[in-house]
Amino acid sequence: MTEVLTAEEAKKDAAYLTALKELIYQLADDDFLISFRGSEWLGLAPHIEEDVAFSSITQNTMGHAFMFYQLLEDLGEGEIDMLAHERHPSVRRNGIYLEKKNGEGNYLEEPYYDWALTVVRNFLYETFKKVKLEAITKSSYKPLANIAGKVLMEQPYHLAHWKIWMKQLLNSTEEARERIEARLNEAWEEFGDVLEYGTQATEIEHFGLIIGEDELKERWINEVSKTIENLPSTPIGKKYGSGREGEHTEDLDQALNTLSEVYMSDKEAIW
Amino acid sequence: MPNNHMQEEIRAVLKTVDDPELPNVSVADLGMVHEVTVVGGDVFITMVPTFAGCPALDFIQKNVKTAVEEVDWVKGCEVQFSFEEKWSTDAITDEGKSQLKKHGIAPPPENYRPGEEWTVDCPYCGSDYTSMENVFGPTACRSILYCTSCRNPFEAMKPVVDYVIN
Repeated sequence: MTEVLTAEEAKKDAAYLTALKELIYQLADDDFLISFRGSEWLGLAPHIEEDVAFSSITQNTMGHAFMFYQLLEDLGEGEIDMLAHERHPSVRRNGIYLEKKNGEGNYLEEPYYDWALTVVRNFLYETFKKVKLEAITKSSYKPLANIAGKVLMEQPYHLAHWKIWMKQLLNSTEEARERIEARLNEAWEEFGDVLEYGTQATEIEHFGLIIGEDELKERWINEVSKTIENLPSTPIGKKYGSGREGEHTEDLDQALNTLSEVYMSDKEAIW
Repeated sequence: MPNNHMQEEIRAVLKTVDDPELPNVSVADLGMVHEVTVVGGDVFITMVPTFAGCPALDFIQKNVKTAVEEVDWVKGCEVQFSFEEKWSTDAITDEGKSQLKKHGIAPPPENYRPGEEWTVDCPYCGSDYTSMENVFGPTACRSILYCTSCRNPFEAMKPVVDYVIN
């Protein structure tokens, strides 16, 4: 596959452009949603050092989402703020598991959030992000490959953090292990669409934007199993459908309404 | 004035623009300036962002533009961030490292391997009897450590280097 060096060059081939934008929307929306769920933990994490660490990871991940939205802006999709705040849930491309609420209650009243869900979700996601971005460093679209390389310089810190939590809780009390395992089983029923590329999957692979879905999934499982010895034996499911195809749950509506509340109150405001 | 003198003058100005979150450490000494081009009275500066999620980038862009436009022969200055070049902590100059220390921030370790644990000497007393308190600190680029020798908590610039896929 020949390299495409600029946005202008990518815009000349309609089929290439469609596949490329599809892949970048998935990257941007994944980081955007997991960052939002992370931001909801601010002040609520198990201890003060975790609060500092988790909010730092979340802020940095939001910065990664920003870079992916910037690539879309360069490709003529509109302004970053609009892409993040104004797009209808039906065109969002994040995996459904990433929009899932942190637990019962909400941030302002009785936030009964679940730390086991957060540890499992972030560990699985950061592992996925590592293998996906590693594959993208060889992407035919050079501006995207550059961003992947940049993110990979920072992201090992994030992944290392969640690996520690995962290992420690799995080797902790029986209750800790049971809670983690229950959330792992749940993740196995829901994580399927995160590993997919949606309707443009064939084109995305054909244009050399990234390796195929099957290979990505295999690399992910291989990487996850380095930390977790006994993975669930059931196939990885898509319990709520495919976020890559615009299917979502009410949890996404809640996330977007909260996230965009201030922005929507005055779109012209300069911060 | 010859073009290379103009460039030098601009680079000197960039030595006076500090990182908003690291007073007295200039963006030039942090290794964030990639390219300076002067065309007539117009200055084009390409900068390399440190951490992607750093909220200070917008301020840095603005501060650089303002400082350069104060030079009397400059008509306008454009500042861009580029991701083609990757910033790594190896780009910090010796001057930058010494300024960081004055603020109680240890410069990043030099032989860091991604994903591995790392350690630095105390910026106050120089002891290597230090421990990592939290890899994540008050900003994306800093970690929190403690010196068991002089009993001071301190910060360190988090090492980031080019990523090699195994």
